[in-house]
Amino acid sequence: MRADLEIIQQWIKPGHHVLDLGCGDGMLLDFLQRERGASGYGLEINPAHITHCMSRGVSVIEQNLDTQGLANFDDNSFDVVLMTQALQAVRRPDKVLDEMLRLGNEGIVTFPNFAHWRLRWGLALSGRMPESEALPYKWYNTPNIRLCTFQDFEALCRQKSIRITSRKVVDGQHQNSWVARLWPNLLGEIAIYRITRENSQ
Amino acid sequence: MPDPLPADSVGLVTPQTYHFDTPLELACSKVLCRYELVVETYGELNASASNAILICHALSGHHHAAGYHSADERKAGWWDSCIGPGKPIDTRRFFVVSLNNLGGCHGSTGPSSTNPDTGSLYGPDFPVVTVTDWVNSQARLADKLGIECWAAVVGGSLGGMQALQWSLTYPERIRHAAVIASTPRLSAQNIAFNEVARQAITSDPEFHAGRYSDNLTLPRRGLMLARMVGHITYLSEVSMGEKFGRELREEAYKFGYDAEFQVESYLRYQGERFSESFDANTYLLMTKALDYFDPAYEFDGDLAKALQGARCEFLVLSFSTDWRFAPERSEELVKAMIAARCKVSYAEIDAPWGHDGFLIPTPRYTDVFTAYMDRVAREVGA
Repeated sequence: MRADLEIIQQWIKPGHHVLDLGCGDGMLLDFLQRERGASGYGLEINPAHITHCMSRGVSVIEQNLDTQGLANFDDNSFDVVLMTQALQAVRRPDKVLDEMLRLGNEGIVTFPNFAHWRLRWGLALSGRMPESEALPYKWYNTPNIRLCTFQDFEALCRQKSIRITSRKVVDGQHQNSWVARLWPNLLGEIAIYRITRENSQ
Repeated sequence: MPDPLPADSVGLVTPQTYHFDTPLELACSKVLCRYELVVETYGELNASASNAILICHALSGHHHAAGYHSADERKAGWWDSCIGPGKPIDTRRFFVVSLNNLGGCHGSTGPSSTNPDTGSLYGPDFPVVTVTDWVNSQARLADKLGIECWAAVVGGSLGGMQALQWSLTYPERIRHAAVIASTPRLSAQNIAFNEVARQAITSDPEFHAGRYSDNLTLPRRGLMLARMVGHITYLSEVSMGEKFGRELREEAYKFGYDAEFQVESYLRYQGERFSESFDANTYLLMTKALDYFDPAYEFDGDLAKALQGARCEFLVLSFSTDWRFAPERSEELVKAMIAARCKVSYAEIDAPWGHDGFLIPTPRYTDVFTAYMDRVAREVGA
């Protein structure tokens, strides 16, 4: 299992009701259901991913966060709302974060770090928009329209009074390396944040 | 029947009639003491009877869902696109049961059957049956076939309502419900269209308050108009536009009131053909069953509360250009399922065919349906 998913699954308790925003082919939810006894739903818009979810028995809802929002979900109806590698692809990440913490007691967010040294180096050296394993697109066709750095994200959380209860940083191979832990905003490629509302336990 | 027969066809099929003598109490509080259901089955029931699928038909449907009744039959059953070897409902793995519902006019007891108590036709005296009544009669059929629990109950439109009702009335007898191009309740607009159809029929001078058979006639005009109105709601503006546009049957305008546009003659043809083959009292009854369907009604209008009793998993599918039961209606259902913590998967199929989309195979529809049913098959060991 990918190291980021390995980290996330440890934070899910048996019986947890989970919402996975941008659940992809449903691998994580499938694992959480089978191995963690969790229940829940995945939201997805990619037809091939949706079909894959259905064939592995993951409850998947075709729903576009940008155009449809999350109004069909009730307040506090989930223990955990997950968003792995999708925050950078939505139009208003700030509003999605609000919604995550409206629906869930806790949020878990992962996204690629745009301040990783290789991206900085690439931009500085070539003067072209950087590409990497985590971000393998051209500037004009990338689905990642809201790229940010770890520091950007943490600043947004502060501004919104969102409490970061945990942060893990992994490299491009999703390994939990000591290098990334040393200087995350420069050396970490992907971060995994656990967040809650400021006033919650 | 095409020759050679395609490998993915169930081939020749023969309907069977089942007799029921245990009185069935209906929602309208009348009782049907005896009745018959005509049924087709495809595939084999496995030893543990775990692989049975119930197909529920829509407004004008019947038991003949797949295959051919004879070598001369030109068109296959109404859902042949989805039922057969290698199709989404794979008859190599599933035992598929398809019936004509009570009140129908294709062999099951209905207005055009003889009332055993009086020896004459039921006609308008046949009780108005509801979706729940159908589900109860289908449960009796399941008993007779030795099916304790359906692997899935599947239906489109009014058929989807039956699948949904199954999950609520017999939660322990259904593992999966596929609710396709359907709605948890009709809107005022839906009921309004049904009312126009009913008015067309009942105001036909040949209707004779439903006793047209006694008068050796048929309310053909009324039934034709009802079907024409209905048919418009089954298609989308886009598909009608693509099929007919403003095309004329002849080159120039005639400044008269005959069918000049192709769409007019198409609707007339469809309506006329339907009026020859369908019973007007059945049509009235089916539209009422649609209007009355509202599982939330007994729960103060709270659909999520109604769904709290459901135990099965749901597949909900809608079609992008369906304006009869638009994707929003399916999403309303899914929202309630989420609130009730039901297991549910939902997809909106992008297809130009309007409400009829559930009968027409498009790659995405077939993919999603196949993937879901394949998983059902694996789950029940089929």
